[in-house]
Amino acid sequence: MTRKQRRSILIGTCVAVLGVAVGLVLFALEDSIVFFYSPSDIAEKNIKPGQRIRIGGLVQEGSVKRGGGARVEFAVTDTAKTLPVAYTGVLPDLFREGQGIVAEGKLGSDGVFVAENVLAKHDENYMPPEVADALQKQGVWQGEKTGKKGY
Amino acid sequence: MIAEVGHFALILALGVALVQTVLPIWGAQRGDLAMMNVGSSAAQGQLALLLVAFIGLTIAYVTSDFSLQNVVQNSHSAKPMLYKISGVWGNHEGSMLLWVLILALFGSAVALFGRNLPPDLKANVLGVQGSISVAFLTFIITTSNPFTRIHPAPFEGQGLNPILQDPALSFHPPFLYMGYVGFSIAFSFAVAALITGRIDPAWARWVRPWTLAAWMFLTIGISMGSWWAYYELGWGGWWFWDPVENASFMPWLAGTALLHSALVMEKRDALKVWTVLLAILAFSLSLMGTFLVRSGVLTSVHSFAVDPARGVFILAIMVLFTGGALALFASRAGLLRQGGLFAPVSREGALVLNNLLITTACAAVFVGTLYPLALEAVTGAKISVGPPFFNATFGPLMIPLLIAMPYGPFLSWKRGDILGASQRLWVAAFFTLLAIIAAYAVSGSGPWLAPLGIGLGMWVIMGAISEVGFRAKAFRAPLDEVLRRLRNLPRSAYGAAVAHIGIGVMVLGIVATTAWQSEKIVALSPGQTASIAGYELKFAGVVPAQGPNYSEQVGQFVVSRGGKEVTRLLPSKRLYSAPETATTEAGILGAWTGDLYVVLGDALKDGAFSVRFYFNPLVRLIWIGTIIMFLGGLISLSDRRLRVGAPKRARVRAAQVVPAE
Repeated sequence: MTRKQRRSILIGTCVAVLGVAVGLVLFALEDSIVFFYSPSDIAEKNIKPGQRIRIGGLVQEGSVKRGGGARVEFAVTDTAKTLPVAYTGVLPDLFREGQGIVAEGKLGSDGVFVAENVLAKHDENYMPPEVADALQKQGVWQGEKTGKKGY
Repeated sequence: MIAEVGHFALILALGVALVQTVLPIWGAQRGDLAMMNVGSSAAQGQLALLLVAFIGLTIAYVTSDFSLQNVVQNSHSAKPMLYKISGVWGNHEGSMLLWVLILALFGSAVALFGRNLPPDLKANVLGVQGSISVAFLTFIITTSNPFTRIHPAPFEGQGLNPILQDPALSFHPPFLYMGYVGFSIAFSFAVAALITGRIDPAWARWVRPWTLAAWMFLTIGISMGSWWAYYELGWGGWWFWDPVENASFMPWLAGTALLHSALVMEKRDALKVWTVLLAILAFSLSLMGTFLVRSGVLTSVHSFAVDPARGVFILAIMVLFTGGALALFASRAGLLRQGGLFAPVSREGALVLNNLLITTACAAVFVGTLYPLALEAVTGAKISVGPPFFNATFGPLMIPLLIAMPYGPFLSWKRGDILGASQRLWVAAFFTLLAIIAAYAVSGSGPWLAPLGIGLGMWVIMGAISEVGFRAKAFRAPLDEVLRRLRNLPRSAYGAAVAHIGIGVMVLGIVATTAWQSEKIVALSPGQTASIAGYELKFAGVVPAQGPNYSEQVGQFVVSRGGKEVTRLLPSKRLYSAPETATTEAGILGAWTGDLYVVLGDALKDGAFSVRFYFNPLVRLIWIGTIIMFLGGLISLSDRRLRVGAPKRARVRAAQVVPAE
């Protein structure tokens, strides 16, 4: 085998692996990234039901209703608009009314957001940055952008 | 008083680090041996001073000295002793102090064990180490001083975040930093070699043990973090592709690639340019990890205190070191002559494939971690890139890597015989087939690809065993000859085989728990039962209890199997008093077949609770695999040929150092 052939095999393999990797990355970015919206965004932007999204805001005071079993309904607000959310499962430790949360899931055709995941941070001072930004837009949240400690 | 001593030692350490940066490198340029030797003494002095600073801060924590702002913010007098100590590095300032302490530890180890390095190389290495110290000590003293006093001193501290009050997490940061910072040695060696312009197989032999040590610590550090997340966060998962997890995983990938490419350089004098580049990249990725965690640019469970000034400072350090090293690399790389030709099918070829796949996978993780930041900066859209992205990109790249893994050691250097290697792997192939069939038979349901994944794990394990067996002529020679051969095999061969077995074991655990995890969420009233994976769980109500610094609600679950009581699981919800925080403690029944994992949820009406059950099959194999990998590294490190000062004393300015093999 000549030196040239060796080199072309080496380069060919590299190009092939990198090509496959770039393809995978582009395909996955197309398919599996999740956009974040605030309740106001959802009201304005006409998000299609069934699309996987993240939402965030404050859990509205007095909105948490527990149904039978592990189903919970509550409303998330950025103070301008509110969005009803339904979730089945165990809520995080720091979930409570007035607390900032982020939820991932899909918007139902009835306008209720069906959450598959609810995240509240592990620190009572923590405000998820997306939520802080969304609230800042509404002129509500005045504090630091993000919370104090955590690990 | 003790705090002032610590503070003073910290500032002195900066001065010593400055000396360590300037004099040895200058001396190396002038060929002045006395100036070069300053490096070693400075490295020892720096270690001593930083030890004083670190012990000073530790004493402040242990005695709850609330006149220090750092102690007030992160400690509490009622905290158990273990967490008072681990609280030292459970916060930004203290963990940075630990970071530089470990940096100094490695620097002093090079000074101590590197007696037979060429003096100019050693001087340059210590100089570069010193410059990293200068940057980080300046950072600590100007923006994150742990010794800042507070006046008036409060009577009580604010406490350590309760989810950090955990034994595994107490030791997770030190191991992680040993890994991160350990790569600084490979970095310093790379930069020093670029400065002197001499890179030869001996260089690779000096770098490899340091890289291996760093890699071992990083492996254990990441594994501890994963184990902690598994049982403490109560989400039933072991890896979340969280940006901060990725930040520690990327240097690990680069370090793994570096270990393998340095092998080629050591034995065959090839891949020099690439190896040097990897050495620079591994540490750069460690710096990036530090930046990502501490700058607050990421949304993560791990985020430290956020202060824009700190983020910018660390970014500047990262740009300076990575940029500087890469610029030096660009200007000098042309000087590195390539030696050692090899055919595409050969040991070298296999290691190139390994490097190609690992670095590509690392790049995919990099894109997934930083894409949301880039997109938000450019368009303002907020996105998150979650596990689906990484499963779709990282996973497919690992499959060819795992398939090719057993082949590597069977191919000879320069030109290998793939057909011959396949023939020698028939035993491994047989066991693989057996494992696939058994997995189909046992699982019954689940994704059809999963048994193939089990086969892949078995292939890697049996491939590594076959290699040792082949080299010992097992079943082909008389027993006493086989035993003699086994005794004479170099430890590095055993180390590599054991580490590869660890990967295989981990793959088994990952595939099994990903494919066959079962999950159930139910509302249970006391007296009711639920069943999962053949276990019956009877809920016997909730009992309040009191811990040293928390109160808790403990759920009582009687676990039985086939009518016989197995154990009682006590998942709880804790409320810590300082800082006031709720945490979830999962109840876990560990067994070889899998973990039964119970999380107590919210109280519902009429004394009922929502409860989440998981069954995670073979999940322990994931962490056992990482421990096996660590042991493999340890065995390899004990090899006489690899031992840190073992390479023969190289003649200074000798033309070429001939590799031992």
